[in-house]
Amino acid sequence: MKQPNSTPTSELPLRETASQTAGPYVHIGLALDVAGLPPRQEEIWNRMATTEADGELIEVVGSVIDGNGDLVRDAFIEAWQADAHGEYQCDFDLEKLFNSFGRTATTVETGGEWSLITVKPGRVEAPNGKPMAPHINLAVFARGINIQLNTRLYFDDEHDANAACPILNAVESPARRQTLIARREEGEGGRVRYRLDIRLQGEGETVFFDF
Amino acid sequence: MPLNHNKRFVERDRTWHPAAYTPGYKTAVARSPSQALVSLQAPSVSELSGPEFTNLRMGPHDNDLLLNYRENPGRENQGQNGLPIGERIIMFGRVVDQFGKPVPQTLVEMWQANAGGRYRHNKDSYLAPLDPNFGGVGRCLTDNEGWYRFRTVRPGPYPWPNGINTWRPAHIHVSVMGPSISTRLITQMYFEGDPLIPICPIVQTLNSQEAVETMIGRLDMGHSRPMDCLAYRFDLVVRGELQTYFENV
Repeated sequence: MKQPNSTPTSELPLRETASQTAGPYVHIGLALDVAGLPPRQEEIWNRMATTEADGELIEVVGSVIDGNGDLVRDAFIEAWQADAHGEYQCDFDLEKLFNSFGRTATTVETGGEWSLITVKPGRVEAPNGKPMAPHINLAVFARGINIQLNTRLYFDDEHDANAACPILNAVESPARRQTLIARREEGEGGRVRYRLDIRLQGEGETVFFDF
Repeated sequence: MPLNHNKRFVERDRTWHPAAYTPGYKTAVARSPSQALVSLQAPSVSELSGPEFTNLRMGPHDNDLLLNYRENPGRENQGQNGLPIGERIIMFGRVVDQFGKPVPQTLVEMWQANAGGRYRHNKDSYLAPLDPNFGGVGRCLTDNEGWYRFRTVRPGPYPWPNGINTWRPAHIHVSVMGPSISTRLITQMYFEGDPLIPICPIVQTLNSQEAVETMIGRLDMGHSRPMDCLAYRFDLVVRGELQTYFENV
């Protein structure tokens, strides 16, 4: 190790391991069912909440679209969200009624759509103490994506909270903020469904964050 | 669950990582954002927290790819019967952060092709055959000192439609969570000395040889098992975690 006070502030002891694309077969490792592999004892997947979980059970769906307007049918997405009370449940446990973490994927078989069964998240505070609007953090991995793309999903029936959200307002262009807002629609069996298409490039390009 | 605002992570150096737009890797051309990323100047608990997997129940062979896929799972493994074909290796290493601090109890996942370069995936139609005794997926938690370990076979290189004659070097995909979604990382481990590494368009998405070196597993004779298997060591470095000493009031 270097001596204290002799290390230039611009220099860190270690560099982060470099990122690489998850590639076309990411499902083998992280979404076994999609790849056609038998499940293990427990898998991390897209049912983040059971019907008994606190809060409003919702379905969140969407597609991923490339710069040519074509569906990306091999994307892998991770979700991280607060529970209905605005708290992150860090301890992943499939015996719990709700988990803050989930995974989903787009495939040819699902018509290029990803989906999550979850509850609508509660509000979480920004570091300045102001409440952020309810949101789900999404990370998009796929062939052709060299380092994951981080975005957020907001809800179109949270108009006032969205308008006051410090993170949404950090996006300079009001038009681009709209790319983060999922549309509420009628789901199957009367369940509330929200749809957010993620556009990787070009017209209507989704906002992606660095943090 | 108490919210912990009391930390931050060293900023990700996005010139060290591959850029989004890397035309030598053709799929990236239409899958790279054209707009700048929006930087969150003050990350919130949304970014500073992440899942912990100590209560994810795993099977006894989840990190042992020599044993975790059998065409007839009920069958006893007798002699060579039921083992995958290929170079038996241990892949192991330590997950640390940029300050060298071990990252204990974090989820490390990996997936790979078999010894012939064929993936057990519905979409892989390469003519090299599947191995009836090889699935190609593993996972484990790091121990209290940040160490992880898998046992597997060395994957083969394989061709892919990019250039006319493009081949991936032998590689194992590696996924690590780290302490938050800010440290989340997916990378690939390559094998020391593989001559395909410098001519791979995916490796070449990186700007520097120094960065490429962070993805190369090293032959480690000291940890190999005589008359059994070789070992490759692959340490993973995730973003450094700092405490926030002063916050605005």
